[in-house]
Amino acid sequence: MKRFIGFVKKEFYHIFRDKRSLFILFGMPIAQIMLFGFAITNEINNVDIAILDKSQDATTEEIINKISASNYFSIQQYLKNESEIEPIFQKGKVKAVLVFENDFSKKLTTESNATVQIIADATDPNTANTISNFTSSILQKYQQEINQELKIPYRIIPETRMVYNQELKSVFMFVPGVMTIILMLVSAMMTSISVTKEKEMGTMEILLVSPLKPYLVIIGKVVPYILLSVINAVVIILMSIFIFKMPVQGSFLLLGLESILFIISSLALGILISTISETQQTAMMISLMGLMLPVILLSGFIFPVASMPMPLQVISNVIPAKWFIIIIKGIMLKGVGLAFVWKETLILLGMTVFFMALSVKKYKIRLE
Amino acid sequence: MVIEVENLSKVFGDFKAVNQISFEVGKGEIFGFLGANGAGKTTAMKMLIGISSPSSGKATVAGFDVYKNAEDIKKNIGYMSQKFALYDDLTIKENITFFGGIYGLSRSRIKEKSELLINELGLQDVAKELVGSLPLGWKQKLSFSVALLHEPKIIFLDEPTGGVDPITRRQFWELIYKAANKGITVFVTTHYMDEAEYCDRVSIMVDGKIEALDTPKKLKEQFNVDSMNDVFLKLARG
Repeated sequence: MKRFIGFVKKEFYHIFRDKRSLFILFGMPIAQIMLFGFAITNEINNVDIAILDKSQDATTEEIINKISASNYFSIQQYLKNESEIEPIFQKGKVKAVLVFENDFSKKLTTESNATVQIIADATDPNTANTISNFTSSILQKYQQEINQELKIPYRIIPETRMVYNQELKSVFMFVPGVMTIILMLVSAMMTSISVTKEKEMGTMEILLVSPLKPYLVIIGKVVPYILLSVINAVVIILMSIFIFKMPVQGSFLLLGLESILFIISSLALGILISTISETQQTAMMISLMGLMLPVILLSGFIFPVASMPMPLQVISNVIPAKWFIIIIKGIMLKGVGLAFVWKETLILLGMTVFFMALSVKKYKIRLE
Repeated sequence: MVIEVENLSKVFGDFKAVNQISFEVGKGEIFGFLGANGAGKTTAMKMLIGISSPSSGKATVAGFDVYKNAEDIKKNIGYMSQKFALYDDLTIKENITFFGGIYGLSRSRIKEKSELLINELGLQDVAKELVGSLPLGWKQKLSFSVALLHEPKIIFLDEPTGGVDPITRRQFWELIYKAANKGITVFVTTHYMDEAEYCDRVSIMVDGKIEALDTPKKLKEQFNVDSMNDVFLKLARG
C-alpha cells in the first residue's frame, strides 16, 4: 500500500509539473463550457434586420413596433425601395429584410389578406430558418389579437409548450455534451498519453522489472485521473448551475455514480489505446480521431442520432458517450431516476467491462 | 553460481530468437553478453529478469527459477536499460525516493541511502534539480546507482553506455568495478568491443546461439587475434 501511495504521488508530480496537461485538465473544461454556453448557440438575439414598409400605415407601424420590442431583432435600417435590398445583404449589414406590401391595412380589412415578405440571408441556413420562424410567430400573435373581436366558428390554435427546457436554451443541450467530451478527453487521452510516455522513456520497463505488480502500475496511473475527472465533473456541473442557471432535476448521487461509470469506461479505453500505441503522438492521434471525433459527431451531442443515415445510427450504438449523454440528459433535465435509464446504464456497464477485459488481455500479451 | 542457464530458448512463431543457450555466472563476476543487434541478447536478458517467459530450457537467477519464482527474482536483481530511464520531471531526490519506494525500502533507509548516494556521486548541489536538466553522463551514473539502491545480488545492464563519450564510459566502468568488488554480480550487454576487454568473461551470441564463451584473453588466443573486435568480426562473418 505504501508503494502504491508513492506511485500515485509520483503521478501527481507528473501532472502538476506539465503545463500542457494542467491546461487540458483545468483550462479546457472551463473554456469549453464558456464557449458552448455563450458563443456557440442556436438561439437568436438582436439579429440585425431592415424593413421596407411600402404602405406606412397604422397596422404596419404596430407590427414593426412589436418586432422591434422583441429581443430577437434590432432594426438597423428602413429601406425606401426594392433596389436597396440586394446591396444591404451584400454588405452583410442585415440578416433579413421584411417587406410590407402597398396598402397593407386596407387589404387586410377589405380583402382580409395582406402579405409580408420575409427575405432572409440563407448563407447561414439555421439562422435564416430561426428568423423566419420567429417573425412568423410574431405576425401570428398579432393576427390573433386583431381576430379576437371577430367571431369565427372553428379555429385550431396550436399551443406549443417546450418541456424540460422551456426557454430553449442551447446551453442545456451543450452542458451534457461538453461534460462527456471533457471526461472522455481527460480519462482516455491523458491516461493513454501518460502510459505511453513511460513506455517511450523506458521507465515502464524499469517498473515491470521491479517487484511492483503490473496491475498496480496500471491502477496507480489511473487513480489520479479518476480523482481529477471527478473534480472536473463537479466543476462543470457547478458552472452550469450557477452561471447558466441550468437546473439539475434528478439525483446528484445518481449523476455522480453514472459519471464515475463513464470515467472508468473511458480510462479502460485509454489503457487499451496505450497498449496498441508506442509513442505519445500515436496515443494522442488515436484518442483524438478514434474517440473525440465520434463523440462530437455521432453521439447525439450536436447532431441528433435519429436524423442520421441508418449505417451511422448503427455505428453510434457502440459509442459509450452516446449512452452517457442520454443518461445525464435524463437525470439533469428530466429528473428521471435509475428506473428510466437502467437500460442505458447496463449498456455502459457492459461496455466498460468489455474494454477492461480487452485491455487486461492486451496488456498481458505485451508482457509476454 | 548466481546465474545458471541450461538450453534456454525463446521461440516467436517459426523464429528462434534464442536457441538453446547455456552458461553460468559466478558471484561478483562481470559477465559480458555480446552480440550484434538482433542476435537475441535482449530477448535472453528479458527471460532472466522475469518479464518474458522462456519457451523451453532451464534457468535460475539468484537461486530462483525463472518459471516459478519470477517475483522473487525481481526483488533480488537491479536493472538499468540503455535509456537510463529516470523521470525527467522529478528531482534527483524524488527519483531516488520513488524507486526506493517501489522496492519497498523504508522511509529512513531511503533517506540514509539517498544521502550516501548523492554524496558519492557529488550531486549535493543539484539534488533538488529536475533530472531532465542533468547531462547524459550524470543521468547514466545516477540511473546505475538507483538500480543498486535496494542492494540486489545481481545487476543487469542493457547497453548501459549507449550514446556517452569515451571518458564518461571509462568513468562508468569504474562504478561497475566498484560494485563487483562489493560482491555484486554484473551482467552487461554491450556492442562496444573495447568494453568487452573490461569483462571477466565474455559470451558472444550470433543468431540466437552462443558461439563463444571465455575470458577475453583466452578468446583472443583461441581466434589468434589482438583485440576483441577481431574476435567478434571473425565470429560474425562465420
